[in-house]
Amino acid sequence: MRRLPLTPVTASHRSAPSIHKHGSSMASNISGSSSSSDRQRVAQHRLRVIAGHLQRSAESDSVIQAAECKASVSESVAADSETRTVPRRRQEIMKWNGWGYSDSRFLFNKKGQAEFTGKRYRLSGLIIPGLKDWFEGTFGANLQHKSPATPILNSNATHPPNLNKAFVEELKSTGVPFSHDTEDRVFRAHGHCLHEIFALREGKVGRVPDMVVWPNCHNDVVKIVELATKHDVCLIPYGGGTSVSSALECPPEETRSIVSLDTSQMNRILWIDEKNLTAHMEAGIIGQDLERLLNEIGYCTGHEPDSMEFSSLGGWVATRASGMKKNIYGNIEDLVVHIKMVTPQGVIEKGCVGPRMSTGPDIHHFILGSEGTLGVVTEVTMKIRPMPEYQKYGSVVFPNFEQGVACLREVARQRCAPASIRLMDNEQFKFGHALKPQVSSLFTSFVDGLKKFYITKFKGFDPNHLCVATLLFEGDREKVLQHEKQVYDIAAKFGGLAAGEDNGQRGYMLTFVIAYLRDLGMDYYVIGESFETSVPWDRVLDICRNVKARIIHECKEKGVQFPPLSTCRVTQTYDAGACIYFYFAFNYRGLSDPVHVYEQVEHAAREEILANGGSLSHHHGVGTLRKEWMRETISSVGMGMLKSVKDFVDPKNIFGNRNLL
Amino acid sequence: MFSPTQHGESMLKKKDEFEDILEERRNSSDLRYALRSYTPPLYKEVTPATANELKDMVLQSDPLCFVVRQVSTESGRPVDEVQAEASAILEEMAHGLQLSTVRFFAFTLSKVFKTLFRSIHVNEDGIQRLQQAVQENPVVLLPSHRSYLDFLLMSYILYTYDTPLPVIAAGMDFMGMKMVGEMLRKSGAFFIRRSFGGDKLYWAVFSEYVQTLLKKGYAPIEFFLEGTRSRTSKSLTPKLGLLNVVLEPFFKGEVYDVTLLPVSISYERILEESLYARELLGVPKPKESTSGLFKARKVLSEDYGSIHVYFGQPVSVRKLSEGRVKRSQFNLMPRHIPKRPGEDINKVVIELAYQLVQNQQANMVLNPFVLLATLLLQNHHQSLASGQKPGMKLQELTDRALWLRDLSRLFGACLQWPDDRPPAEVVSSSLRLHPGLVTISEGRVQLALPGEPHGASSPEEELFNQAVIILSCVSYRNQMLHVFVGPALVASAMNISSSTQKNEIANSHSFLRNMFFHEFILCPGGTNQDLSMSFDLLEKARALDVFSHHVLVPEEGHRTLSFLSSLLDPFLQGYQVMETHGRSCCESKGDTLTDKQFVPDVRKFIVKQILAGRLKYSEVLSSDLQKNALAALSRLGAVQKIKGSVLGNLKVNKVMVNWLEDTLGEKEAA
Repeated sequence: MRRLPLTPVTASHRSAPSIHKHGSSMASNISGSSSSSDRQRVAQHRLRVIAGHLQRSAESDSVIQAAECKASVSESVAADSETRTVPRRRQEIMKWNGWGYSDSRFLFNKKGQAEFTGKRYRLSGLIIPGLKDWFEGTFGANLQHKSPATPILNSNATHPPNLNKAFVEELKSTGVPFSHDTEDRVFRAHGHCLHEIFALREGKVGRVPDMVVWPNCHNDVVKIVELATKHDVCLIPYGGGTSVSSALECPPEETRSIVSLDTSQMNRILWIDEKNLTAHMEAGIIGQDLERLLNEIGYCTGHEPDSMEFSSLGGWVATRASGMKKNIYGNIEDLVVHIKMVTPQGVIEKGCVGPRMSTGPDIHHFILGSEGTLGVVTEVTMKIRPMPEYQKYGSVVFPNFEQGVACLREVARQRCAPASIRLMDNEQFKFGHALKPQVSSLFTSFVDGLKKFYITKFKGFDPNHLCVATLLFEGDREKVLQHEKQVYDIAAKFGGLAAGEDNGQRGYMLTFVIAYLRDLGMDYYVIGESFETSVPWDRVLDICRNVKARIIHECKEKGVQFPPLSTCRVTQTYDAGACIYFYFAFNYRGLSDPVHVYEQVEHAAREEILANGGSLSHHHGVGTLRKEWMRETISSVGMGMLKSVKDFVDPKNIFGNRNLL
Repeated sequence: MFSPTQHGESMLKKKDEFEDILEERRNSSDLRYALRSYTPPLYKEVTPATANELKDMVLQSDPLCFVVRQVSTESGRPVDEVQAEASAILEEMAHGLQLSTVRFFAFTLSKVFKTLFRSIHVNEDGIQRLQQAVQENPVVLLPSHRSYLDFLLMSYILYTYDTPLPVIAAGMDFMGMKMVGEMLRKSGAFFIRRSFGGDKLYWAVFSEYVQTLLKKGYAPIEFFLEGTRSRTSKSLTPKLGLLNVVLEPFFKGEVYDVTLLPVSISYERILEESLYARELLGVPKPKESTSGLFKARKVLSEDYGSIHVYFGQPVSVRKLSEGRVKRSQFNLMPRHIPKRPGEDINKVVIELAYQLVQNQQANMVLNPFVLLATLLLQNHHQSLASGQKPGMKLQELTDRALWLRDLSRLFGACLQWPDDRPPAEVVSSSLRLHPGLVTISEGRVQLALPGEPHGASSPEEELFNQAVIILSCVSYRNQMLHVFVGPALVASAMNISSSTQKNEIANSHSFLRNMFFHEFILCPGGTNQDLSMSFDLLEKARALDVFSHHVLVPEEGHRTLSFLSSLLDPFLQGYQVMETHGRSCCESKGDTLTDKQFVPDVRKFIVKQILAGRLKYSEVLSSDLQKNALAALSRLGAVQKIKGSVLGNLKVNKVMVNWLEDTLGEKEAA
C-alpha cells in the first residue's frame, strides 16, 4: 500500500535546494544529520519523493483536495515505507518493553565502557567514558549486578481477546484494518511510566486491549466511533504511546471489549495555507515527521516536546502538550487554530478559523487536555512559521542554583527568553558531564581541562554547587546575535559565565537520549522517572529544595539502601512562573517490591509539590496516575463542570480510559 | 496523639549518660579552653553572613517592605520615616555575636561555675543528636527557664562541645543593665520588648529577623517556650508567639523542616531561690541593674549543688504535622503578605507547644531534696491541722522518702538518687545543702520556719517570713508535680465525686483538668487519654483496681491516693479561696471590680483566712497561684474581663461562681 506522508499541498513553488538550504543551517537536535551519512541518504530519498509530489501538485493545481480517505487507495504500492516513521506493527522498529527504537540503546561493553548503539543519534556509536563511574558512584550500582529484562513476550501472558462479535463483523465491512494479535495488543496497553515498563521487563502484562484498529482518515474514525457506540465497545485512542500518566492502561474493571484506536496511519499533512501560515494535518502524525515534512518546504510548527520523535499531534492536543521552544512558538493551545474531534455524539469543530473569538467558553479548551475521555481528535489546523534563518546554542555556568534561577527570572521579567532556556541543578550538571562522549583530540581535552580550571579555580566556582543553563536562540542571524548578547549580559549580572555552544547543544541532545538511559539503569537494578510541575517564580527555589529533599528522605524511610539521585531543572520560563522537571532514580537492590517503593516516593513527591504551590502537571497530564488530586486542583465545582461535559458528550462512557475524572 | 511516642522516647532518653563538663575545667587551663579553636558543624545550606549583612537582608526583605508600605499608607507617614523606624527597631533588637566575647564568657563562666556548682552534667548523646540535626535543618533550642543563668549556661555548654552557638531571644529588661546588655548581645542575645501586641511594624521586624536567622541557617535559635523564668519551678504554660514565628517558614515551604530541641535544665538549687519566694509574695522583683548583679556576689559563696542539662530528642515539625496541616493554604497569596494560619496549623502548634514543655518536664532531673521537701511540707500542714509537733524523725523521713522514691520512679520520674549510698546518708547530705529551709535538731527534721514571734513583728510579718520558707520548699515540691499530676487529678476527682463510678470520676476529672489548665501542663484536648493513662499508672502502683465501669481502692492503695490528693490540696483550696473572695466582692461592691483592686484585695483576704486558721496553706499567698486561679475563673466563665476600659475590669458571674462553689465544696463534705 502506498501511503504518502505528504499528499498534494497548496501550490508551493519552492525548489528542493531551497529546502536544503534551511536544513543544512540547522544544527539538528534530534539526529545530527551532518554526522550520519545514512541519515543523509534517507533524507535525500525523502526529498526526492516529496519534490516529485510538489511538482505534480503544481501541475494539477489542485488546492485542498485532502480529505479523501487513504483507505481506498490501492494496496499495491509499498515502495517508500521508510518515509513513514510509525508502521502499524510498531514492534518491528521499536522496543516492546523499553523506550524508543530497537536499534538504539545504551550498554556497557565488554571493557565496561558505556556506549550508545545504532545510527540515529549524534551519540550513536560513541563511547561514553565517564558514564560508568558516574553510574556506579551515583547509585552504588555495580556492573556485576545485572537485572536483565525478559527478552521476548510470552504469548500466554495475555488473556485471549474479549471480542464483541457484532462490532467486529460490522467493522470488517468498513474495510478499516484491525488486529487482535498479542504483540499488537500488548504494545498498546501501556505508556512509559516506570511501573508499566518494569512490569513488561518482567514479562508481566495486565489487562490489554482486545483489539487494535488503524483508521486511515477522519471518516474511518467516524465509522468506528459509531459502531463502538452502537455495540457498546470501549475505545481507547492511542497516538504515540509516550504517556507518562498511566493514561493508556486499560481499566482493570472494564468488562466490555476494549478497542485501541491507533491513529498512526492518519499521518498526512492535508494542506498548507501560506497566506495565513497554517497547516492542516491528520492528528496521528508524529512530531518528527510533521516537523521534517514542514522543514522540507521551509516551514516549521516550532512545537518540540521532548517526546517529539514518537508523540502525535492528537496526543499533544489531548494532553495540553508543551514544546521546548514555546517561548517563540507557544504551547499547543497557542498553536492550534482548529480542531476536529469525533465523539459518540458526533463531530465537534468550530465553523470558522478566526484567530480569536468571543463566543462563550472556547470549546477547544474542552478538547485540549481531555485525555481521550471525550473522543478522538482526527484533524488539526495549526499555525506554521517560516523556518528560522539561524540557530545558535549556548550555555552559561552559574556559581549556584539560586543565582541561576534569579537569572532566569530576570530574563522572564525582561521578556527576552530565547527559544529555549533551561537551568540544570548541580547534580544534572554532573550527570551531563558524565554523558560527554569520548573526545577524539588531545587538544579538546586540554581545552576542557583549561575551562574547568578557569571556572573552578580562577572564578572560584564550587564544582559541587555550580549549575548550568542551556540556551537555544533562533531567528535572523543579526537578531540572534543581539539577543544572545542581551541574555549573556543579564547572566553576567548573576555571576554567570558563558560556557560555550557545545555544552548547550549537548544539553539538548541529552533530552532525547535520556529516556534510553532509564532502560540501561533498569538493566542494573536502577529505576527512575521524571515528573514535572509549574510554579510561581517566588516558589521556584523552595519547591526545588523541598521536593528533592522529600525524595531523599522518603527513599531512606522506605528502606532504599542507597542514596537516590534526586535532581531538578527549570525547563520553561513564563511571565508569572516556571516549569520544573524533577528526575529521581535509585538503586533498588535489597528491596522486595521496588516499584511499590518507587510509587510511594513519587506520590510523596507530588504531595510535596502541591504543598509548595506547584501544579499537578505542567504538560504530562493527569491520566489515572494523578486523578486523586484533581478535586483539590480544580475544586468540586470544576470537577462537576468537566463531569457534565463528559456526561453529555459520552453518556455511555465509550471513551472509557477513565483518565482525569 | 503524641503521648505514646513521647512515653517511649522518654524511656529511651533515660539511657543517655551524663558527663560532668566541669571536671575537665578543674583539671586544665581555663584560658586555653577559652582560646581554643572553635569550629562547629554548620547547616548544610548555610548562607554565611555577618551580623550587619543579616540586618540588611531583614530590612530589604519582602515581608518587611510590605508592612513598611502598609504602615506608611495607614499612618500617612512617609515610607522613609517608617523604614527608618524599622531600622531603629532592628538596631535595638539585633544580636552582634562576636567570638571574642564568647571566649571572654567561656573564661569567666568557667571560674564562676566552678565556684558555684559541684558539677554540670550534660548528656553527650543529646549533644551528638544536636550536632547531627544542626547540619540537616534549622534548629530551634527550647530550654526550660528557671534562672537567669539558663542561657549563659546553654551557650557555655554549646561552646564546650564545639556546637554552633545559638542566637537567643532575650527580654528587653536585660538591656537596662549597662555593659552587661551589650556583652550579652555580643554573645548572641537579641532583645525583644515584653509586649508589642499591637505594633505591626515591631512585629514585622521581629518576625522577619528571627525567620531570616532561621532560613539562612545562620545559627540555632534559642528561646524560652515558657516566656519567662518560672518562679515556682513549675513549668509555665507555653507561649505561642515565638513558636509560631519559627514554625511559619516550614508551613510556608521556605525550609524543608524545622528541628525543635527541648532542653531540660535542672538545678539542684536555683540561684534566685529566695528572690523568687519574695517576688511571689508581692515584693516586686529588683530591676535588673549592673550594681544589683554585683550585690549578688554574696550568692557566689554558697553551694548550689549540681546542674543537669538534658538535650532531648529532636522533634521534626514536618513529621509532626504530616497529614494534619495543609501547607497549600498559602498557595494563593504571595507569601510575604501576612496571612493568619488556618485552624489546622493553630491546633498543631498548640499541641506541639504542650508536647515540648512536657518533654522538658520528662527529662528534668529530680534530686532527693525534692522528695524530702514534699514530705516535709505535707508533714507541716498535717501538724498544723492536727496540732501535733511539726517535724519527722530522720529515720521516718528516710523511710517515707524511699517509698516516694519508688513511687516516683514507677511513675517515670528521672530521679538522681545515688542507689549505691546508704539512704540515710543520701537524705542527710541533701538536707545539708539547704540549711536555710530545713533544720535538724534532736534527730527531728522540720522546715526552718522562723520560731517564736518577736515582739516587734506583727502576725502578718511573721506569716510573711514563714511563707518565704514555705514557698521556697514549694518550689522543690513543684519540680515533681509533673510526675504525679495525672494520677493526682484522678485521686482528687475521686474525692470530689466521692464515687467509684468511672463516668462520675471522669466528669470530675475533666472539670479539674479544665480548672487547672493554667496551673499544670495539661495538653488541650488530651483529657480522655490522660485519664486512661492515669488509671494505668494507678493500677501499676497498686493504688487502684480499674474495672470497666467502676474502680476499687485496695487496702494498700489508700496511702498512695491520699498522698496524691494532698499534693493538689493546696491548689484546690487556693482556688476555692479565690472564688469565695470573688463572690464576697461581688456581694459587697457590685458586679465589677478592677484588676488592680483585685490582687491586693485578695491578698488581704487570704492573710485573714490563714491567720484565722481557716486556711492552712500559706502558699496560697503566691501571686502565681492567684493569677492562675483568676485565669481559671475567667476561663470557666465565673469572671469576665471587660475589654475597652483602661484598667482591666472584672465582672463576676454569680451563677457561675455559685456553681463552682458547689462543685468544689463537695470536696469538704467528702
